[in-house]
Amino acid sequence: MVHFVQILLYGIVLGSVIALGAIGVSLIFGILRFAHFAHGDLMTLGAYLALAGVSGLSLPMFFAFLIGIAGTAAISVGIDRVLYRQLRRVSPIILLISSLGVALMVRSSIQMIWGPDNKIYSGGVTMPWVVEGIRIKPEWIYIVGGAVVLMVLLHLFLQRTRLGKAMRAMSDNADLARVSGIDTEKVIIWTWIIAGVLAAAAGIFLGLDTRLHPIMGWKLLLPVFAAAIFGGIGKPYGAIAGALVIGIAQEFSTLFISPAYKPAVAFGLMVAILVWRPTGLFSGKVL
Amino acid sequence: MTLLLAESIYGGYGGTDILHGVSMAMDPGEMVVIVGPNGAGKSTAMKAVFGLVNVREGRVRFQDEDITNLAPDRIVGRGMCYVPQEANVFPSLTVHENLEMGAFIRRDDYSDQLDRVYELFPPLKEKRRQAAGTLSGGQRQMVAIGRALMLDPRLLLLDEPTAGLSPRFIDLIFERVREINDQGVGILMVEQNAKQALAMADRGYILVLGRNRHEDTGPNLLNDPEVAEMFLGG
Repeated sequence: MVHFVQILLYGIVLGSVIALGAIGVSLIFGILRFAHFAHGDLMTLGAYLALAGVSGLSLPMFFAFLIGIAGTAAISVGIDRVLYRQLRRVSPIILLISSLGVALMVRSSIQMIWGPDNKIYSGGVTMPWVVEGIRIKPEWIYIVGGAVVLMVLLHLFLQRTRLGKAMRAMSDNADLARVSGIDTEKVIIWTWIIAGVLAAAAGIFLGLDTRLHPIMGWKLLLPVFAAAIFGGIGKPYGAIAGALVIGIAQEFSTLFISPAYKPAVAFGLMVAILVWRPTGLFSGKVL
Repeated sequence: MTLLLAESIYGGYGGTDILHGVSMAMDPGEMVVIVGPNGAGKSTAMKAVFGLVNVREGRVRFQDEDITNLAPDRIVGRGMCYVPQEANVFPSLTVHENLEMGAFIRRDDYSDQLDRVYELFPPLKEKRRQAAGTLSGGQRQMVAIGRALMLDPRLLLLDEPTAGLSPRFIDLIFERVREINDQGVGILMVEQNAKQALAMADRGYILVLGRNRHEDTGPNLLNDPEVAEMFLGG
């Protein structure tokens, strides 16, 4: 039983990180209709920008977190203005491939600046709390708590604000949004801001739980896409549900198979949902 | 002042022209119907007016200002709103949110306009918290027209508003369109139910192969034997 709860906790922590990435992938797909392959590397970028705040500027982690999310949001918007905006009218597959190019550029830049080795936010080992035999790392409170706060803020934005509703409207029907007078470029910019913030938070949380490495985000891209598709692509709430399923399933799989196969579990679940229910749990768009 | 003036418009999608010199004129508060056989360019002519189709030659003027090839999101701000024939609601948004999106560019308090739309379409008020995608075809059409009315436009463009509706809803939608027109909103409408539409319209244009063929008052077109035989099914 203790073992079961322990693995469930691992799964929830991993699921929170995946969810923050998957929401962004889902939002971008809903608004711009393409699979954003550079999303994993935006996570890495956020993690390293926060590292610059912690080790470069010696800021407390909270302020470094703000630098990470703000910087990643700004760079995401910048990439859209310079590159993706020129490709609004081309086929989604061209956008997908150019996002793969962006992924390589972002990753290589990180490697050039910070080097290829593992990094950590702070030295020393924090001792986990042990409650009833269950080990809880203090970082997990920040990770899960931070993810929940960000998701609640996103929910309020999408349901209550004029711009959030316009984002849902554009995801429903971009042509109708345009003829209603909605400024679709403004919606696109805000989509990148939100996706950038959430991706950076995911990367920073992942770095807090483990360590930083230039391919940390790229390695998470498969579970992130699996979660977005599992939940129904284009549906941010589905992405959250899908991420928890994928995260928990990945951790429980280690009971039966080698942890090296964790990505295969995500992939297997993605294939299963595509066979069983191609629109995902929350009836998203069909790819 | 003329409300709308389209002067020999040429244009279409991509390289080939669909419109070969279409002209139209409307006075404020008029109801005008465009009829014609399939492929005549009726919807295309309307889209060209609204900036959705590239106008290669000719001019479009709205309230005496040139709006040729202006983007639709700019045109709505000047008081012209458009209801597409298909996919004309946001299915996952509630009825209320659909109407709010119609008022997106308004920064003032539009609650009285909202009340007017709910008054015009009482079923929408009951279903205001329901997702628009779950409504029947007729009710969805009400949402679509309501959305376009939120900016209190001077000219409302309707692309086949009764297509695919049951006879009961066809009558209801026509009745509401007339009510909207009675409040002083100009209506330009493409309609398959040509007889019914012409009967209540001030004037009608008959387009054939992207060109003007006939133009007259609604009753005159209905009583013209040639028009009746060729375009209204006898």
